[in-house]
Amino acid sequence: MTSAPRPGQHSEVTLRVNGKPHTLRVDHRRVLLDLLREELGLTGSKKGCDHGQCGACTVLVDGRRLNSCLLLAVALDGSEITTVEGLGGDGEEPHPLQRAFLDRDAFQCGYCTPGQLCSAVGMLAEAAAGHPSHVTDPGAPSGRPVPLDRTEIRERMSGNLCRCGAYPRIVEAIEDVIP
Amino acid sequence: MNGFGYLRPGSVEEAVEAYAAHPGARYLAGGTNLVDLLKLGVERPGTLIDIGRLPLGTVQELSDGSLRVGATVRNSDLAADPRVRDRYPTLSQALLSGASAQLRNAATTGGNLLQRTRCPYFQDLDKPCNKRVPGSGCGARDGVHRDHAVLGHSEQCIATNPSDMAVALAALDARVELYGPDGTRRLAVADFHRLPGEHPERDTWIRPGELVTGVLLPAATAGVPSAYRKARDRASYAFALASVAVVLRVTDGIVDQVGVAFGGLAHRPWRARHTELALLGAPATPAAFEGAVALELTHAEPLRDNAYKVPLARNLALDVLNRLAPAPATA
Amino acid sequence: MTGTTGAALGAPAERREGRQKVTGAARYAAEYAPPGRVHAWPVPAAVARGRVTGVDTSAALALPGVLAVLTPSDAAGLAAPEDGTLAVLRTPDVPHRGWCVALAVAETPETARAAARAVRVDYAAKPHDAGPAEGHPDAYEPEDVVGQPGRVEYGDPEAAYAAAEVRLDVTYRVPPLHNHPMEPHATTAHWDGDRLTVYTSTQGGTTVRSVLAGMFRLPEERVTVVAEHVGGGFGSKGTPRPDVVLAALAARHTGRPVTLAYPRRYLPTVAGHRAPTVQRLRLGAHPDGRLTALLHEVTTQTSRVNEFVEHAAVVSRVMYATPSLLSTHRVVPLDVPTPSWMRAPGEAPGMYALESAVDELADALGTDPVELRVLNEPRTEPAGGKPFSSRHVVECLREGARRFGWAGRDPRPGIRREGPLLLGTGVAAATYPVQVAPSTATAEARPDGTFVVRINAADIGTGARTVLAQIAADALGVPLDRVRTEVGHSDLPPAPLAGGSSGTASWGWAVHEACARLAAHPEEGPTVRADTTGKADADSPYARHAFGAHFAEVAVDTVTGEIRVRRLLGVYAAGRILNARTARSQFTGAMIMGLGMALTEHSTLDPAFGDFPEADLAAYHVPVQADVPDIEADWIDEHDSHLNPMGSKGIGEIGIVGTAAAIGNAVHHATGIRFRELPLTPDRILAAPPYQG
Repeated sequence: MTSAPRPGQHSEVTLRVNGKPHTLRVDHRRVLLDLLREELGLTGSKKGCDHGQCGACTVLVDGRRLNSCLLLAVALDGSEITTVEGLGGDGEEPHPLQRAFLDRDAFQCGYCTPGQLCSAVGMLAEAAAGHPSHVTDPGAPSGRPVPLDRTEIRERMSGNLCRCGAYPRIVEAIEDVIP
Repeated sequence: MNGFGYLRPGSVEEAVEAYAAHPGARYLAGGTNLVDLLKLGVERPGTLIDIGRLPLGTVQELSDGSLRVGATVRNSDLAADPRVRDRYPTLSQALLSGASAQLRNAATTGGNLLQRTRCPYFQDLDKPCNKRVPGSGCGARDGVHRDHAVLGHSEQCIATNPSDMAVALAALDARVELYGPDGTRRLAVADFHRLPGEHPERDTWIRPGELVTGVLLPAATAGVPSAYRKARDRASYAFALASVAVVLRVTDGIVDQVGVAFGGLAHRPWRARHTELALLGAPATPAAFEGAVALELTHAEPLRDNAYKVPLARNLALDVLNRLAPAPATA
Repeated sequence: MTGTTGAALGAPAERREGRQKVTGAARYAAEYAPPGRVHAWPVPAAVARGRVTGVDTSAALALPGVLAVLTPSDAAGLAAPEDGTLAVLRTPDVPHRGWCVALAVAETPETARAAARAVRVDYAAKPHDAGPAEGHPDAYEPEDVVGQPGRVEYGDPEAAYAAAEVRLDVTYRVPPLHNHPMEPHATTAHWDGDRLTVYTSTQGGTTVRSVLAGMFRLPEERVTVVAEHVGGGFGSKGTPRPDVVLAALAARHTGRPVTLAYPRRYLPTVAGHRAPTVQRLRLGAHPDGRLTALLHEVTTQTSRVNEFVEHAAVVSRVMYATPSLLSTHRVVPLDVPTPSWMRAPGEAPGMYALESAVDELADALGTDPVELRVLNEPRTEPAGGKPFSSRHVVECLREGARRFGWAGRDPRPGIRREGPLLLGTGVAAATYPVQVAPSTATAEARPDGTFVVRINAADIGTGARTVLAQIAADALGVPLDRVRTEVGHSDLPPAPLAGGSSGTASWGWAVHEACARLAAHPEEGPTVRADTTGKADADSPYARHAFGAHFAEVAVDTVTGEIRVRRLLGVYAAGRILNARTARSQFTGAMIMGLGMALTEHSTLDPAFGDFPEADLAAYHVPVQADVPDIEADWIDEHDSHLNPMGSKGIGEIGIVGTAAAIGNAVHHATGIRFRELPLTPDRILAAPPYQG
């Protein structure tokens, strides 16, 4: 087998981030987290571990919560990204969940907070779409929204570490915005 | 990681051709393990072949009553699929007990099958590891190996396979579908992963360039009672210390179908054939379960610091078997 | 002494920087990008002891975008630091695995990482000794631990113990633990001529400035240290760490601003850890439960770089009335990473052991563990005899028992079943010393009727900005919204670190004094400066400690050996609580870290390699949401006029002290088995005889 010419190490991608389109030439090694932080100046998404083990980098990609540290930017061409900076939309008012985090003192150092917020927004959508979790009764009917009690919230938010231990306050804040 | 090329083929055939043209390439799907390994320097491909947008992202119902799960179906979607939840509960439960919601939203069926061990010596380029660098030695054998294998390990390697999903698939008699230069072939998931033996660098029987295109969930285990249970160091977001998937059908008090597989004990999902053989046709009683599980675990060869896995695996298996077995009064 | 009387103190004021944190606007050290900023990536030593004999940088330098690779000797021109962990790239010597032996600098983080990996380092490895410390011939008794004698002994403890009617001789083990704040240690450094600016993640910017000025031979005024937001520290950012020295060095070397965000998996070897302890406790008692002898002997280890002693035995000098006491430490220097402060160093592991032993004694005597503690309540500090400035541990125990529903608890272990689960409850006391250091601060009256308080305090998540504004508002006698605080910048008046639960007391004292003087003597304004030197560090005739009590309920799964905490309650007596909202968060947060210490967290020092295989957050198990039940923290009113003008004690650490013992005692109550080594993971539970079945 003859080797084809080795493809280049950069490509152009277009992403919509918090509603704005960005076309960038990216190093194939670049992950979404570094693209946001280094190229777009969106440093709200945090680098806690860089290996998908802490959740501080959680963003929404096409509405799903994902660890942006493990997503190669080149593979995301055409995606719609929402970061903590975009949760509140264009308005001055923060997202209700951001308000609830303030009200409940659901953070201390603040470093995991953007990831917690994006993760919680994604979680609410997953539960509404009927996605079960490890603690959902296996006998519960498929495809219907899953009610979020504290056990469900805790399990579903376990992908976001908080070393300050704001966990109980985070649960309270999320409960505040559950319709 | 050094730089690498990036290709996004338009079809499975193109993907396999691209691999042939770029030896040492890697297929990229969810990336949850591959990108991690790229950053660690454990994987150093010259080219990534992105299969994430190939039409492998659906779960199809086949005419024989089986389900075909595309290789790029996300773990979270597979776990939530009503057909999977209803017919193969052990699979849904296994998926949901693994990783975090964010990772399950990215990780794919094919990628999960191919994920590599989390042995810390494998991940650290400055330490010996026969799996990463054949012949370099094993740091874990005399080192820190509380999480390592008790079954089927070799002098060269004591790593475990970290997947939860694969354990359930093994117990369900699922088959993995591969496409490569020689066309399509299928292997039982239970036989897909290798024992380390003399070649721990090879995790599975996949051939160079072959692509996992899907997983077949057979009709034979559809709707059969099944469950998954896992023990771990914290309540969520941790790899299994040990786990078990059980598929069990009891008719008139007699076991007439059974699949048992362990996770966290070996270099591959450990299908407990001795247990199954002992149970098939036997009464579904706690005593029978106990004897049958013991038959399997007598083969365990614990290391200095992981003997706890043997009683743990036994307890897990008995718990799930007894839970799935109908109460005697109704049998 | 004037107390503050306004309305702001004690109120649950919302965090002043909260809005920035929830919108992503708050900037942390690695997020400052001066023009031309580049990235650095360290190369960790691959041997546990030896010398670097050669560094081949050619492959790294050949990568496009690589600016430089710093090697051992590039820092040779710097002045020697007092703290040996900062003596990076000064000599080729490798004191432990993971020590930084080279630093790649490149235009992007990806290239810096690739370059670091392309550096080829040759070593002359030497045989190493990574322990264990237990039974090690090099163990010695340190003269001094955290400003106290390494050994305290009175009465004749050995004889008293030998003569005791009831004797308990038990040994507890706490493994190495890692702080792992969510923000990795990071610095962005920038030189403008001979002026150095660092944006760094630290608990104490004033110290960072003096250390950098010393090492780089600069007057302090040419060094600016900015630490506006700090993503947690828990002790590991209490002193400057290698990141700040390396970033400044690399920035000077390349002429470019440099960010060094230390990779998570390299942190366990360079950012400190709680050293493992082996603690032998011997308790002698009368049959009625009164102690006659208390012997607490700690064996621990340190590196060959610094002597750091995890001072776990000091708690036995404070807690219980005993006519004879031995409290001593032995430490072994090994070829291992350097241990350092981790939340409640000394007290956290020490009280795990002591409070577990007290529970064992209660069990042996058939006495209620709350009552046994009450019975042994001292009237003065056991070691030294000073009167306590305030001590309400009994009130905490009583109030906690009431709220927890302790009364009527069946003490028999191993009898409460819920299916496969065994249930139990446990209690432990808590203590943490009052520490306070001199600080400066200014208060400025603005023409518009507002006030600005300035102090180089660090807000590492404690809410320093908020609570200092509360202190200022009351001292000024004005509403809270008329006070602004500026912290986290070395242009501000120097202040001690956020550590030892001393920050708020130390800073608040200076803030209070500046504001009180400005209020009383406006003519001294518009800006009044206070310096509490001579007051804050004056010897006190009192023994000053915060106290508390922890209650836990656990469920032990007999199938898997998994333990879950069902309820956790902490009741504290910590002087005046200055902000009810942020205080509650700190208490519960520390209790969760205590839960991790009890159940999930551990590192292992691999003797073959001399480092920790649990190098990342997948292997080192920080508790997750699902581990954490409803947690309650509350406090009793405590008025103590011997502390500081606010009447406050520190609250950042006491929540972790005793939590692990309460959980461990609950596990004993549940199972009837006494596990004496943390953490209580399934392997340990299943290794107990009843589960081997």
